[in-house]
Amino acid sequence: PPAHSCNDWIGPPDKHSNLRPVIFYVPPEESPLERRLREARQEAQACDQRFWARHNRAFRQEKEEFIYSRLKAKGLEMRDETGQKATLNAEEMADFYKDFLSKNFRKHMQYNRDWYKRNFTITFLMGQVALARALKWLRWKKKNV
Amino acid sequence: GLFVWHLKNTGIRQIPCQFVHLCHGANDRLITFQYFNFLKRMYVTQYNKDLSQRAKPKSDAVASPFRELQQLDQEKKVIHKIRPISPVHQPLSEAPSRNELREMKSAAETEDSVAPVRAESKEDRQWKEMKLRLDDLPGILARLSKIKLTALVVSTASAGFAMAPVPFDLTCFLLASLGTGLASCAANSINQFFEVPFDSNMNRTKNRPLVRGQISPLLAVCFAASCGVPGIALLTLGVNPLTGALGAFNIFLYTCCYTPMKRMSIANTWVGAVVGAIPPVMGWTAATGSLDAGALLLGGILYSWQFPHFNALSWGLREDYSRGGYCMMSVTHPGLCRRVALRHCLALIGLSTVAPVLDITTWTFPVISLPINLYISYLGFRFYRDADRSSSRKLFFCSLWHLPMLLLVMFTCKKSFLEKEDKGDLLGGNHGRAVEIRLP
Repeated sequence: PPAHSCNDWIGPPDKHSNLRPVIFYVPPEESPLERRLREARQEAQACDQRFWARHNRAFRQEKEEFIYSRLKAKGLEMRDETGQKATLNAEEMADFYKDFLSKNFRKHMQYNRDWYKRNFTITFLMGQVALARALKWLRWKKKNV
Repeated sequence: GLFVWHLKNTGIRQIPCQFVHLCHGANDRLITFQYFNFLKRMYVTQYNKDLSQRAKPKSDAVASPFRELQQLDQEKKVIHKIRPISPVHQPLSEAPSRNELREMKSAAETEDSVAPVRAESKEDRQWKEMKLRLDDLPGILARLSKIKLTALVVSTASAGFAMAPVPFDLTCFLLASLGTGLASCAANSINQFFEVPFDSNMNRTKNRPLVRGQISPLLAVCFAASCGVPGIALLTLGVNPLTGALGAFNIFLYTCCYTPMKRMSIANTWVGAVVGAIPPVMGWTAATGSLDAGALLLGGILYSWQFPHFNALSWGLREDYSRGGYCMMSVTHPGLCRRVALRHCLALIGLSTVAPVLDITTWTFPVISLPINLYISYLGFRFYRDADRSSSRKLFFCSLWHLPMLLLVMFTCKKSFLEKEDKGDLLGGNHGRAVEIRLP
C-alpha cells in the first residue's frame, strides 16, 4: 500500500487460509482506544490465519491420504496411464467428509466460541472509536465556528 | 435482471409451438427456465459455476430460495400458457437432454456472468484500500442484505397475504411487504456479520462485502439495526402486533438460532425450514390479524418445500461443508438426508389436499397440483434411491419452479370469501366451476 494512504488496505485471499490480510494504518496521533482496536484486529487476524491455514492444510493432506489408501485397496495407482491424477467419486469421498467433520467438531466448537467473542469485541471497540471520533469532530467544529 | 426478463417475456409467446422440436427444446426450456427463474438466475449460475469448484450455497439456500411469486397481471396469462406444456416436457427430455440442458443453461447463463467474473478475479488479486465509497454503497448494501433473497421472502409473504380470505387492502399489503423486506435485510446482514471467516472459505460466499472488506462490521451492524428496528416497528404499528412479533421472532430464529446451529448440529435444517415458513404466515396474519389454520397450512407447505430443495442442494456441497465445519445432514447422515427429502415431497401432496378442507382453495387445487407434486415426489424418490449428483440436481432444479407454480395454482384456485357465504352452491362440488379470481 502507498505510503501516503490514511486507510487500511486489504489484500487478496491467502493461499492457505483463504482469508484476506489487512494492513492497518497507524495514524500519527493514535488514541489508546484506537490502539486497542488496532491491536485486537491484528491479533484476531493472526488467530484466524493460523487456524484456517492449519485446518485447510490438514484437510488437503488427509484427503490425499484417504484417496491414496482407497486407491491402493482397489489396486490402482495414484496416476493412471495418461498421467492424470486418479480421483474417487463423490460417494466414496463422502465417507471421508463425514469422518473429517466429526473429527474436527470439537476444534470447530472452540474456534466458533473464540470467533464470536473476538467479533463482538472488535465491533464494540469500533463503535467506541467511532463515537470518540464523532465527539472530537463536534468539539472541533464548535471551536472553529 | 428485470430488463432481460422483460425481453424474455415477449419471446415466450412464440415458444409453445417450438416446444415440440426437441432440438430447440433445450433452448426454449432454457428461456422458460430463465423466465421462471429470473431471480434465481444468479443463484443457479453460481451454483452451476460452483459445482466445478465444489462450492456451497447453504446459508442462503434454506430460508432462501422461494421462488418469486410473479406479479399477477400479465404474467399469469403467460404462465398459464406454459404450464400445461412444461410438466409434459419434463419427463420427455428426462435422461439424455437433461445434461445438455444443464450445460446449455449454465453456458448461457454463465456467459453474462463470466465476463464480470474474470474482471472480478483480476481485481481480486490486488490490494484494495479499505475506504467506503458512497457510490458503491447501494451495491454493497444490496449484497449485504442478500437483496434477491429478500425479494423472494417478500414474495412468499405476499402470497400469504393474497391467500387470506379477506378483502384486499392495498396499504396493509404494502406496509406488510415493506416491513417483511426490512426485517429480512436485517436478518441477512447479521448472518453475514457472524459468518465472515467461514464465508471466506467457501467458493460461493467468498465475494461477500464483509469478506472482501468493502464495509466494516460496525457499519454492517448499524445497517442491520436501521433496517430491523423500523421494519419491526412498521409491522407492529402499521400492520398488527402479531405480524410484528412474528417478524421479530423470525429475525431472532435466523440470526441467533439457525446461524450458530449450522456449525453445531444437523437440526439446523429444521430450524431453517421454520424460518422459511414464517413469512407467508406473516403475510396471512397481516391480512387477517389472526393465526388461522390457513396460515399454518401455507407455512406448512413452505416448510415441507425447504427439505427437498435444501437437501438436494447440499448433496453436491459436501466437501465444502466438511472443510468449513458445517454440520449438515448430507455430510453426517446421508441416508436421513434423502429420506427426509422424500418424506416432505410426499407431505406436499398431503398438504395440498388439506387446503380445500380448510376452505382456502377449491377442490380443483389438489387435482391441478397433483401432477407437479407427483413429479417432485418422483424426483425425490429417485434421489432417495440413486443418491447421486444427477438425481440431486434434478430434484433441486425441480424445486425451483415447483414452488412458484404451486403458489400460483393455489392462488388461482383460491376460494373467494363471497362464495363461501353461499355454502349451498359449494356443497355441489362441481369441479369445472369457474372460481372467482381475486386479483390484488
